[in-house]
Amino acid sequence: MSDTPVYLDYQATTPTDPRVVDVMLPLFTEEFGNAHSVDHSYGQKAAELVEKARKQVADLIAADPREIIFTSGATEANNLALKGVMAFLAEHPVRGQEKRRVLVSAVEHKCVLEAARTLARQGWDMEILPVDGDGLLDMERLRSALAGGDVALVSVMAVNNETAVVQDLAAIGRLCRDAGAYFHTDAAQAAGKIELDVEAMQIDLMSLSGHKAYGPKGVGALYVRRRPRVRLLPLLDGGGQERGLRSGTLPVPLVAGFGVAAALALVEQEQEQDMFREFKQLLLSRLQDAVPGVLVNGSRKQAVENGVNLRISGVSAPELLRAMPELALSMGSACSSAELEPSYVLRAMGLDEEAALESFRLGMGRFTTREEVERTADVMIAAIRSLRAKAA
Amino acid sequence: MTASHMTLPSGKTPVYLDYNATAPIRPEVIETVAAVMGEVGNASSVHAFGRLARRRVEDAREALARLVNTRATRIIFTSGGTEANNLALRGAGRSRLMVSAGEHDSVLAVDPEAFQIPLKSCGRVDLEALADAIGEDGSDVLVSVMYANNETGVIQPVREIVELCHSRGALCHCDAVQALGKTPVDAMALETDFLTLSSHKIGGPQGVGALVLGKGIDVLQQQVGGGQERRRRGGTENVAGIAGFGKAAELAFEEVGNETSGNGEQKHNSLAVIRALRDDMEQRVRDIAPNAKVFGQNTERLPNTSSVAMPGVPSDTQLMALDLEGIAVSSGSACSSGKVQASHVMKAMGATDEEAGSVLRFSLGWKSTQEDVDRFVECWSALYERKGDKLHGDVSGDPATEKQVNV
Repeated sequence: MSDTPVYLDYQATTPTDPRVVDVMLPLFTEEFGNAHSVDHSYGQKAAELVEKARKQVADLIAADPREIIFTSGATEANNLALKGVMAFLAEHPVRGQEKRRVLVSAVEHKCVLEAARTLARQGWDMEILPVDGDGLLDMERLRSALAGGDVALVSVMAVNNETAVVQDLAAIGRLCRDAGAYFHTDAAQAAGKIELDVEAMQIDLMSLSGHKAYGPKGVGALYVRRRPRVRLLPLLDGGGQERGLRSGTLPVPLVAGFGVAAALALVEQEQEQDMFREFKQLLLSRLQDAVPGVLVNGSRKQAVENGVNLRISGVSAPELLRAMPELALSMGSACSSAELEPSYVLRAMGLDEEAALESFRLGMGRFTTREEVERTADVMIAAIRSLRAKAA
Repeated sequence: MTASHMTLPSGKTPVYLDYNATAPIRPEVIETVAAVMGEVGNASSVHAFGRLARRRVEDAREALARLVNTRATRIIFTSGGTEANNLALRGAGRSRLMVSAGEHDSVLAVDPEAFQIPLKSCGRVDLEALADAIGEDGSDVLVSVMYANNETGVIQPVREIVELCHSRGALCHCDAVQALGKTPVDAMALETDFLTLSSHKIGGPQGVGALVLGKGIDVLQQQVGGGQERRRRGGTENVAGIAGFGKAAELAFEEVGNETSGNGEQKHNSLAVIRALRDDMEQRVRDIAPNAKVFGQNTERLPNTSSVAMPGVPSDTQLMALDLEGIAVSSGSACSSGKVQASHVMKAMGATDEEAGSVLRFSLGWKSTQEDVDRFVECWSALYERKGDKLHGDVSGDPATEKQVNV
């Protein structure tokens, strides 16, 4: 048991919940079928499973099932939201309304930033909205950017993958709706952690991921508001599945697994956050009692409890992580974890390069135990002390 | 062995003959997928969990590379065939797109204005028409021709098409989704610039596919993200799905390598067995209805696929009657099977509206049995006796002798 490192990288990916696996596995053997083959019962059964999952995912975010488009993951959903909306606008400009601007926050996931850069290359006016030292969106900047009435789309992530900081979605949604701009939020890290309500928060588009919430990898969803209707063009052309917005055979077991994961999240998310609150408290107080210079990057109050971004003054995070093979941690986003560049998220929050390189993220999850948290604190304390002693 | 554990309200044993829509996943693949789903890890993470996930992905890439004879580094994993087709067609950087008239919707829909290469009545593309369309300078051209058609199973002269393209400076994409695992697909020998593959058509899980790049070929990333797949396709890799694809590729490698060897714990059908079942089915159908037309019958075809027109009975009527008996076939591509419209493939081959409107596709695979064939023939025959048009129709049944169209 103690040979296996403690998994503390739940932001990168979560294990598939055994209850999800239990639902998925029989689907591989018992009810195969192409969900689009309405010619026969196999296909119809597959289609029923997909619709059940669509309802479960919709319920998690208080949406209508018809507003859920299944994708291969959050990256595809983010690409579809940003590029799809602007492609529609390019083909169908609204008369009298010159909407040329796209706003994204500085701390978005790479795939949103990359998609926004693609839009900029296509000739749209793309602007990066700053965040404050706590990692929260600068609402004044958003308000003034929206004032001209020429913003087409605003994309701000719900929960940051590195800092766990939660944005004020309802406030952003209100400003966007008033200004006639679509509000997209990447909620890959938020689903199953905070309550999401597309109506109350006035969200127009929302990206979700299966594997960040104990579902399988290879599946995600884009919520697309029906009223007032959000118009977008598909990125993938083909058989016209998913209301023409996303072609390709739907992977039924993955979709069904995602549905179950969403249903479980809805029931368990609140209780889990209570558990993580206690764990985070325990970890931080142990660390801070034992060694000086343990800091938390980002807002403490507006953050999910399962994640935390730690900075250990004077200790290089890459070195620290290497010194603790017992813990599976990463500096930041998994996609870029092979690069040793300081996190752009932390830099956007005002940390200098040195401070950013002293920082790493820690993510707990559904299967984290109190013993693991205690062990984590012990391992970290020992490693920090040893590295500091060596430096001294 | 029945086609599935699914029970029908009628209590009848289901017969699944729609492998070209999706093949039942193989038991060995399920084992692999289940095992990998029990592991945690993002293949991009550098810690031990991430490294294990990375190994699963790279092992699968190697297995797939073996199956299609290419280098593993040229394989880009995607969410499926549709995404791979879109990636190739949009990412090739060529402004003139030419697609065969029999392509899958995921190719046709990318650019509805694209030049359509006509099919001859045998089902193969008209190479002369393609050469004319490309012209002397094809340096702005991408040609897309599928390896084998999903409805008829007709195999295209891919190597000839690639040679033609390359001699004019054009690039060539080949959608090999239906061919994979049913006939040898050799990327090195074909020299295709882009080759599309799909997992669920070879008994792997749904939700995974791949694009294979030719030597020295790159593709412009469409789904941008965290720089995965050598910056050609962003998004967390579907590790369990990819591992399952790899397992299915391993099994398929054995099978296409030796036509008479079935393999796997459950003795999957060999390709020779599948071909014999298909031929038996066609023969018996033709014995019952000599005027039934088999599309592409005299052309090189996949061993598992057949498209048969039952004279005088609309496809819908046949589908419903067969479905009531628990027999799953289709009237064409699954994507469009909700829409009642005659197959564009049959029409491109010169079929009349009536013929195209009375076609059924049946497709077999690793789990098909003689009993499946018998049940199908029995039901098909009963329906033909009841409703079929026994007076008219093409008695020769040989489409090659039909009037030439699109030439």
